[in-house]
Amino acid sequence: MTGTAGRTRNGRALALRDVPWLPPAAFREWIVRGVCDGGRRVAAYFGATREAAGDEAVEGVPLYAVLADDTNGRLFVARSTSDGATFESVVPEVAQAHLFEREIAEQYGIRFEGHPWLKPVRFHRSYRPGHDAWGRSWDAAIPPGVVDFFRVEGDEVHEVAVGPVHAGVIEPGHFRFQCHGEHVFHLEIALGYQHRGVERALMGGPTKRTMPYMETVAGDTTIGHALAYGHAVEALAGAPVSARAHAIRGIALELERLANHVGDLGALAGDVAYLPTASFCGRLRGDFLNMTAELCGSRFGRGLVRPGGVGFDLEPAHVERLESRLAVARTEVTEAVELLWDTPSVRERFERTGTISPDDAAAIGLVGPAARACGIPRDVRHDFPAGIYRFVHVPVMTAHAGDVNSRAYVRWLEIQQSIQFILKQLGGLPTKGRDATVGAMKPDALVVSLTEGWRGEICHVAMTDAAGRFSRYKITDPSFHNWLGLALALRSGQISDFPLCNKSFNLSYCGHDL
Amino acid sequence: MLKALLARAHQGHRTMPYPAGEPPPMPDRFRGAPALDPAKCPDGCRSCADVCPTDAISGDGPLALDLGRCLFCTECVTACPEGAIAFTHDYRLATRRREDLVVRGQALPLADALEATLRRLFGRSLKLRVVSAGDCNACSADVNVLGTIGWDLGRFGIQYVASPRHADGLLITGPVTENMRLALQKTYDAVPPPKIVIAVGACAISGGPYAGHPEQHDGAASVLPVDLFIPGCPPHPLTILDGLLRLLGRLEEARRVP
Repeated sequence: MTGTAGRTRNGRALALRDVPWLPPAAFREWIVRGVCDGGRRVAAYFGATREAAGDEAVEGVPLYAVLADDTNGRLFVARSTSDGATFESVVPEVAQAHLFEREIAEQYGIRFEGHPWLKPVRFHRSYRPGHDAWGRSWDAAIPPGVVDFFRVEGDEVHEVAVGPVHAGVIEPGHFRFQCHGEHVFHLEIALGYQHRGVERALMGGPTKRTMPYMETVAGDTTIGHALAYGHAVEALAGAPVSARAHAIRGIALELERLANHVGDLGALAGDVAYLPTASFCGRLRGDFLNMTAELCGSRFGRGLVRPGGVGFDLEPAHVERLESRLAVARTEVTEAVELLWDTPSVRERFERTGTISPDDAAAIGLVGPAARACGIPRDVRHDFPAGIYRFVHVPVMTAHAGDVNSRAYVRWLEIQQSIQFILKQLGGLPTKGRDATVGAMKPDALVVSLTEGWRGEICHVAMTDAAGRFSRYKITDPSFHNWLGLALALRSGQISDFPLCNKSFNLSYCGHDL
Repeated sequence: MLKALLARAHQGHRTMPYPAGEPPPMPDRFRGAPALDPAKCPDGCRSCADVCPTDAISGDGPLALDLGRCLFCTECVTACPEGAIAFTHDYRLATRRREDLVVRGQALPLADALEATLRRLFGRSLKLRVVSAGDCNACSADVNVLGTIGWDLGRFGIQYVASPRHADGLLITGPVTENMRLALQKTYDAVPPPKIVIAVGACAISGGPYAGHPEQHDGAASVLPVDLFIPGCPPHPLTILDGLLRLLGRLEEARRVP
């Protein structure tokens, strides 16, 4: 396919009729050629119901794919239809689509032919009663984690199974290690324990629960997901947001990044038994959460982002308090984190642990700090800027070893950039503008909304029906791309490296499980 | 090494004086216990009930707000034409009984201490196994933060432990997803009796925003007996700590210490 059909930008609404229908073979070719030759990557790939296609004549189950061209800031959307039973997999050529196809199989009962690893993702019934990709009886219970795990056979090879309930205060997931002694050949991760039915509940919305859903898709990324939703609705309703609201949203998004990055560095220190940084950062993380509470009363940013603007404005007293608290936190975080780089025992554990090659990172479509730690300069704030990031540029921070040390160091670089960004915004907040009134959303439209959350790219795709309600709302948390990265990081490592590797990714279970 | 020592000196002693001293100040936009004034409600007005995302406010009869469902958003406050609902800075929200969380303008009946036998067992040493059963990681995070140096949960003898076999009870977050129901039940069964269960956050008390979804069970009480309810979305760490200390009867004791 050539031309500009289905080409769009972050946060720009597109009439559904402008999204091209491709025959299955051409659609598959479009994805394969786009990723393998065109420098694009799969940002989203999902099924929808027939009603969502805005075209009654459509037979079977429509499939939508969003490809992202990071270099040129372009997004490409195309669609095709499966016969409702099978579709040809792109995974043999495009590994990064593996989990998307598993998700479509589970949600819409489509069997992907040629998928090397077609297993359930979240262990629930499909959205189409009577259609199951694995031919399970419709009444049969679907126990989580009961799946055909990859196994290594041989003398003295053994399997270690962990979870869903883990030793710490952490979300549930199941991990299977194939080991020989301490040596890990393979790690398989089975999730779905946190599945709450978010996407199913979003169809037909927005309702009065839509905003709470967005704020709890991944509660540690409340601002990130709420912002992606806000941009999507504002694009569909044609509501302009004031410069001041954009700035306040940006401050909140960077505070969220700061709290989590600082917390992660502390946790990484804890996992290598370096207690000074673990203790200092554990406390400092709370200081950043408290700054978010200064903005909106909630440490996690609940209530701050609202379609059309922000739920809370900043008074001069807030600005002053934030500036002084941020200045103190900057000094204390710098001191706490720099201890890591000065401590040989920490460096010894961080360096060359959990290494991912740049080729693997690109092939599986890593996003966020995990990708940037492999030298891939991928950052939505830079590549697909929306909101405040169209006017204020945040440099993309990278490291090159792809190991735990690089993932830690990228976080530290980003902490410094985020603090600078927030101080700059606080020093020159635009004057108060009017909050946009968010009216009805365009009917039969589609918008792709990307935000750089602290874990990486958050992708929301909203589609409306003839009445302007959500016929499909697809959420892709960065964790969805990155869990396989954690599994790869463990290869040829040791089980004892798992906590450290896990923390260096710190992925979301609920954001993945939805 | 010298740098680490210098940093230690700069960072200083950070454990808060609470509960012997003052609790940390809440931000001015903090939303704690609601103050209701049903006298202000016009006849037949449903403005607040209609906008509440979790139907925490009864739309019929006198104004009543179920803190077990409340997300502490501001929709009702904004919607009310008469100012009959306001959120105060009062962080104390935990109760022993589910029905006590429904407020109608009266003071919240805050949690009593455990009965004498359990209090003697757990009052000075309570080991909890935390189970996230579909929570969004916000409740988990603010449960976890109590272990950091600012809060130092260990000074009360309360500790999160790795194994249910080492635990005196469970602290549950999340609405109890269908996919976690069995794991939660098995974890509970593995805790030696006598044992207690604490539900933290709107999801664990009522299902929160996910109430009614077939993928979950509307909170911990649907599968296990719950001894303490700590509402919020998520509850502030101080709200959680207050609840735990009340349950152990430690609050009055702490206040007596100079």
